[in-house]
Amino acid sequence: MNALLEVLVSALIVIGGVFLLVGSWGMLRLPELMSRLHAPTKATTLGVGSVLLGSIIWFARVDGVPSIHELLITLFLFLSAPITAHFLAKAYMHVHVDAETRLPRPGEHGWSTYDAAPGKGDEQVGEG
Amino acid sequence: MNDMHDAEGLQADPPRRWFPHPVLSALLVIVWLMLQNGFSLAHLVLGIFLGWGIPCLTASFWPSRPHVRSYRKALSYALLVIGDIIVANVVVARLILFSRPADLHTCWVSVPLDLHTPEAITLFAGTITMTPGTVSADLSADGRSLLVHCLNAPDPAQAVTDMKTRYEARIKEIFE
Repeated sequence: MNALLEVLVSALIVIGGVFLLVGSWGMLRLPELMSRLHAPTKATTLGVGSVLLGSIIWFARVDGVPSIHELLITLFLFLSAPITAHFLAKAYMHVHVDAETRLPRPGEHGWSTYDAAPGKGDEQVGEG
Repeated sequence: MNDMHDAEGLQADPPRRWFPHPVLSALLVIVWLMLQNGFSLAHLVLGIFLGWGIPCLTASFWPSRPHVRSYRKALSYALLVIGDIIVANVVVARLILFSRPADLHTCWVSVPLDLHTPEAITLFAGTITMTPGTVSADLSADGRSLLVHCLNAPDPAQAVTDMKTRYEARIKEIFE
C-alpha cells in the first residue's frame, strides 16, 4: 500500500516536471511574444497543480493530516495567472503600437489600449 | 449608470457601508484561517479584522456588488473550467512539442460581448486566458468586445462561437 502511494506521488511529481519543462521549452520555441504567452499561462498550470497534488497526498500520509496550503497556492495561481497574462498582453500592445492595424476592429470604437471610452473623447487619449 | 446608483447606495446604507462585500469578507476570513493551517481564536479574530478592513479599504475600487443568481451553477462552471484547464494543458503541450511554429494558425479575434457587469466580463476574460489556446488581451473602448489571441485557430469564427457558447452563456446564467 505504501509502495503504491509512493509510486502515485512520484508519478504526479514527474508529470508535473514534464509539463513545467514543456512550458519553459515553449517560451524558447514559439516565435513571438503573444504566442509565447500561451506557454506559461497554460502548460505550467497543470505542472504546478500536479506537483501540489503530489505534495498534498505525501503530507497527508507523513503527518496524518491533509495540508491545505497547497489548495491556497492553486487559488493564488489561478487568480494571478490570467491577470499577469493580461498585463503582458497590454504591455505588448503599448510597445507595438503598429499592431493596431493588424487587430480586428471591435466595431464603432477601437480597443481601450489605443482609444478613449466613448463620451470621453475630448480627454487625453493615452499614448495611442 | 448602474454603478453610479450602487455607489450612492453604498454611502447611504450603513450595513453596505461597513460590509460592502460580505462574500469577500467571509472568503478572506476562510483564506486567512487556511493560511495558518490550523484554527485558533486569535487567528479567527485577526481574520475577521482583515475580512472587515480589506473590503472597506478597497470599496472605492469596486463600487458595485455582483449579484450571483445561482451558486450551484457557479460551482458546476468551476468544475467545467478545471476540466478544460487540464485539457488545455495537454493541447498546448502537444502544440509546443509536435508542431512547427510555422504551421500554427495564430490570429487575433474580436469577441462581441453579451455580458454587461464588470465582474462577469472579468470572469469571462480570465476563463479565456486559462483555457485551450486563447489569451484575452484587451477590452474595446466601449466595453462591448474582447480582444483574444488564439495560438492555433484555423477557423477564427468557429473559435469565437465556441467561447461564446461554452463559457459566456454559462456566465450569463450565473450573473445576469
